[in-house]
Amino acid sequence: MTAQTVTEKIISQRAGIAVRAGEIAVVPVDGAMASDTTAPLAMRAFREMGGTRLKRPDQAFLVIDHAAPAPNERIANLHRLMRDFAAEMGCQLYDVGAGICHQLMVENGHVQPSHIFLGADSHTPTYGAVGALGIGMGSTDLAAAWLTGKTWLKVPETTKLVLNGRLQPHVSAKDIILFLVGQLGIAGATYQAVEFTGTAVTHLSLASRMTLANMVAEMGGKTAVVDTTGLDWPTPFTPIQADPDARYHAVREFDLSHLTPQIAVPHSPDNIVPVTAVAGQKIQLAFIGSCTNSRLEDWHAAAAVLAGQRIAPGVRLLIAPASKAVFDAALADGTVAALSAAGATFMTAGCGPCVGTHQGVPGDEEVVISTANRNFRGRMGNPNAHIYLTSPAIVAAAALTGEITNPAELEN
Amino acid sequence: MKTIQGIAHVYGDNVDTDRIIPGKYTKTLDVSHLAAHVLEDLDPDFRQQVQPGDVLVAGDNFGCGSSREQAPLALKAAGVSVVVAAYFARIFFRNAINIGLPVVEIGPHAITPGARLAVDLLAGQVVDESNGRIYPATRLPDVMVAILQAGGLVNYLRERGDYEQQ
Ligand code: SF4
Repeated sequence: MTAQTVTEKIISQRAGIAVRAGEIAVVPVDGAMASDTTAPLAMRAFREMGGTRLKRPDQAFLVIDHAAPAPNERIANLHRLMRDFAAEMGCQLYDVGAGICHQLMVENGHVQPSHIFLGADSHTPTYGAVGALGIGMGSTDLAAAWLTGKTWLKVPETTKLVLNGRLQPHVSAKDIILFLVGQLGIAGATYQAVEFTGTAVTHLSLASRMTLANMVAEMGGKTAVVDTTGLDWPTPFTPIQADPDARYHAVREFDLSHLTPQIAVPHSPDNIVPVTAVAGQKIQLAFIGSCTNSRLEDWHAAAAVLAGQRIAPGVRLLIAPASKAVFDAALADGTVAALSAAGATFMTAGCGPCVGTHQGVPGDEEVVISTANRNFRGRMGNPNAHIYLTSPAIVAAAALTGEITNPAELEN
Repeated sequence: MKTIQGIAHVYGDNVDTDRIIPGKYTKTLDVSHLAAHVLEDLDPDFRQQVQPGDVLVAGDNFGCGSSREQAPLALKAAGVSVVVAAYFARIFFRNAINIGLPVVEIGPHAITPGARLAVDLLAGQVVDESNGRIYPATRLPDVMVAILQAGGLVNYLRERGDYEQQ
């Protein structure tokens, strides 16, 4: 048996034959999720394929999160189609307000370590946080998985990122992944799996691991795997480790002990600079949300900056929880009250303004500071707005002062 | 599948799916609605100028970003017959073949707007008939060739009911 990467091992296990990077494998899938952006097309493709029942209804999930609640009758009717389909097929539907698809798959344990899990959404690599292969596909591929219980895939090459060192205060998983996207570039991991390991990783919480794996999509990666050493996961599992002599496309090591807070400037997530380089830039809209950064620890980081103070006049601070469970936990521990008193507006759990379908669209020439993962022109619904991406603490600081703020000032 | 001939519309590197079809227009099952907004933020004139059968040509990493299948659907509905790029983002590439929009990866090229192209999908080459240059294409995995020959993944599975073992 030749040495294998984590990705090669997981695919070999599920395919039932040893595979290596570059080979094509047909594998059974452990889950197949679609959102309200992708499910309607998937449902249509499924019927056009002649599908009448799902191969594994217990492994199919529909989530209404991208435009929830519906902003107009057209979308409301697509949501209806999803509810009808779920009822007819006997699969689980997460309706308006439950949360963001990726958060729900992890939070509810639908995805488990060493699963192969398909999502009709490009941020499906997020499931690498639990040591699963989350692979983003389109609607028709997803329909095919519903029909057959399988998918075909090309076993990807792996880029291994070894991250060591102890992080400075106010430096979070978001700063790590922004830094790495800047280093590798928007196409730096195209067609590849990205494996994260090292002492800076094995100390991270589950939420932070999700932040890390999430933005592998912004390197063009096919999937991510975070070393499960130190993972806080409720059920026992058998960890899968790479063989020491596994073959990698590239191995890159980074010492993160001196990493400072990072920010992506318009209009690409790989335009990364230290926050200090753009300090003083005025902002009008601050957004805490998205599958990258709107979990309890992210809200705690924001509340630590904002508690007892008020956001600057002329600034809107919008917060969309990653899930209702996040909101309820933050309600119970006082975080919601603290953020609300500081001037935050809370939105429905879900994607919120991240994708520009509804709610929270910025005006022309307005500057947005956001905890999300993409700042392509037009991403939030207006091609004439300017989006900066950074960590929850830095977004909170900007909301407080009305401008992108040097993190050193957070000390005071 | 025979050779596709058409006039080139040429764009650069890293054209993301938000530029192909903005997220705000994706919530629909009506492809004419998609075609009406295709490439709107990148080139507002494109949808007036594109003629059925035209070829979209791009640089590196075409279709990066969101996994929305509405992106290749919008191009197909607008009349684009084939997309030729230096290379494609993974999900876009797969989506396009699944919905029956041919895509051809040829590496760095010097195709200019208005060039008349002949794209031979099975032989895997693009000929620039304006200057005779020939660009060989990256070979597709067999499963993709079968899906493309069936006219997309829907037809492939309607005919077979399951994936053929490799
Ligand atoms: S939060 Fe944003 S990036 Fe995440 S799934 Fe929703 S739209 Fe996509």
